[in-house]
Amino acid sequence: MQPTLVIEAGRTERHYWKDLWRYRDLFLMLTWRDILVRYKQTVMGISWALLRPLLAAVVFTIVFGRLANLPSDGAPYPLLVFVAMLPWQFFSTGLNEASASLIGNVNLVSKVYFPRLIMPISAVLVSFVDLLIAGLFAAALMAWYGVSPDWRIVTLPLFILLAFTAAIGAGAWFAALNVKYRDFRYVVPFMLQLALYISPVGFSSSIVPEQWRLLYSLNPMVGVIDGVRWALLGGTTPLYWPGVLISVGVTVAVLVSGIAFFRRTEKYFADVI
Amino acid sequence: MAVAIQVDGLSKSYLISHRAREPYRTLRDAVSRSARNVALALTGRSRPGTETREEFWALQDVSFRIEHGERVGIIGRNGAGKSTLLKILSRITEPTRGRVAVSGRVASLLEVGTGFHPELSGRENIFLNGAVLGMTRAEIRRNFDEIVSFAAVERFLDTPVKRYSSGMHVRLAFSVAAHLNPEILLVDEVLAVGDAQFQKKCLGKMEEVSTSGRTVLFVSHSLPTVLRLCPRTLLFEAGRLKMDGASSEVTQSYLETKPGGSEGHVDLRSASRRGGMGERFRYTGCAVLNSQGQVTDRLLFGEPMTIRVEAEAVDAIDDVGLAVGIDTFSEVRVATLLSEDSGVTFDYGSKCPKVVTAKPEHFALKPGQYYVTLGARHRTQALDQLSQALRFEVDSVPWGDIPPPSAAWGIVHTPARWSISDA
Repeated sequence: MQPTLVIEAGRTERHYWKDLWRYRDLFLMLTWRDILVRYKQTVMGISWALLRPLLAAVVFTIVFGRLANLPSDGAPYPLLVFVAMLPWQFFSTGLNEASASLIGNVNLVSKVYFPRLIMPISAVLVSFVDLLIAGLFAAALMAWYGVSPDWRIVTLPLFILLAFTAAIGAGAWFAALNVKYRDFRYVVPFMLQLALYISPVGFSSSIVPEQWRLLYSLNPMVGVIDGVRWALLGGTTPLYWPGVLISVGVTVAVLVSGIAFFRRTEKYFADVI
Repeated sequence: MAVAIQVDGLSKSYLISHRAREPYRTLRDAVSRSARNVALALTGRSRPGTETREEFWALQDVSFRIEHGERVGIIGRNGAGKSTLLKILSRITEPTRGRVAVSGRVASLLEVGTGFHPELSGRENIFLNGAVLGMTRAEIRRNFDEIVSFAAVERFLDTPVKRYSSGMHVRLAFSVAAHLNPEILLVDEVLAVGDAQFQKKCLGKMEEVSTSGRTVLFVSHSLPTVLRLCPRTLLFEAGRLKMDGASSEVTQSYLETKPGGSEGHVDLRSASRRGGMGERFRYTGCAVLNSQGQVTDRLLFGEPMTIRVEAEAVDAIDDVGLAVGIDTFSEVRVATLLSEDSGVTFDYGSKCPKVVTAKPEHFALKPGQYYVTLGARHRTQALDQLSQALRFEVDSVPWGDIPPPSAAWGIVHTPARWSISDA
């Protein structure tokens, strides 16, 4: 005999996390579906995952490295940029897909029950595949420049996890706002564009004046990108730990508030979508 | 027997906006509205009553209980609350008030093929759709061969679903759904699709499912199907549970209730309308006329019909376009007569009732029950709307020298000009 399920106004909240676990099969299938669809035209899918960070890296290298002549902390400038491009692309694609995930799956949301949080999380997971592909290319690029990582590479997953968390947190916010306000989706690309320039993707964050470093680290991607560079390239500058801690703090705050907001609005998704 | 579903005082309300053209809120609106409110608060003026939102109760105080192993039909007109009930039971949306207790695993088939992705193959979609419906991968794998052979798509398993014919699509979707093994199955109108042969197969499967001791809730417009599958039926009307009892009695009572209540003519002055409709302009009455111009609710097959609508405007409105829709009893739209399509709009003076008649040409309705739905608009603005305002019947007795009808010929009978020439 199965336990009795009670449906009441405001009741869903109590078994939310258990439900999220119970619906893991759906979560996996949806992720798998999106990956399949994305890479169904294999050549296009994979080359796209490579081409975007590569072209952006070339442009940034020319603009910041050659024209502006910014310092590269001892690493080859193209490598400095490409290595930062990995977590940035992962974050921005993941966030972009996550914010569109609910309105892109209207038929599912309005026809079947599942913890809606599955949608943005699965969307971020899909862009993780892009990261893996681009990561292989980064490894080749490092070999080409003769840069070999030391023990610090073991910390790499932690920084990727930070990017993951940031993408899910912000993704939960944006996905819910997208359902609530239909014109919000025009704001997302603009915000991402802006975020790209205030993140240290095209340059090293060591050029930021010391007194502004803490403030600068309020951007979670600062901690992520600094960390990934530190883990992969080593370099001469030590990692600015207070900044990383602040980034982690902000990320956790975004995640917690994002999930809270998402769950508060989630109940009405099927009614308004 | 144990209780499978216990529903107590269930209600669900939606907020509907009076500005019918804006179904979603936009950020732009929210920002400008709060800016305006701030400005008004600063200048000390009170907010003008521009908020035109209104509650609409889709379900009101519904209570019933269903035992394990029962098969229950749910019937009612569009908007009676059937779908809202299923949505609450399947947890897609939350009730506003009331409580539901469900014991056992629930699966809902609100629409066949939910979550199908056109780019993926049949095989991939079986797994995807199964997961969407709540099956585990192991369950799907166990039932895989059976699903495939039931749908008869063996040869196309690795073809993307977008290349499937619509028949194959539906067969595959139903087949996945039919192999769910829940204790409680919620079904909404799945049988309305597919060819006759497959529908028969589906019915057989439904019977098999429901006789195997599972609880089934079956929402349908097809009364014969409800009668065949479900010993008990719930009848919903305007969000309330109107009748709960043996299917034969409930369906009979459903057939007998005529919207408006009189034979062939209905008074629409106080008919319930959704937000904003009928405030500036309203239909006051509607009737079906036979070939002699008499009000009737029963026409002969092939008899020319006229629909007469009475309406009035509060303040004078010019350019009112009227629309009359004819639906079958299973709510399939047969035709929509739009006055604008015939190049006609009407001018209504202030509080000056007028009568308009419309006479559809070129087709005859097959014997059966039909509804008349009315609409009116001023350019792009909806003025009044009444779904299923009136019901009428077409008799199987032919009119004049028209040959007797056959049920297999479709919904309308239409003459054609035939010609032959050498190829």
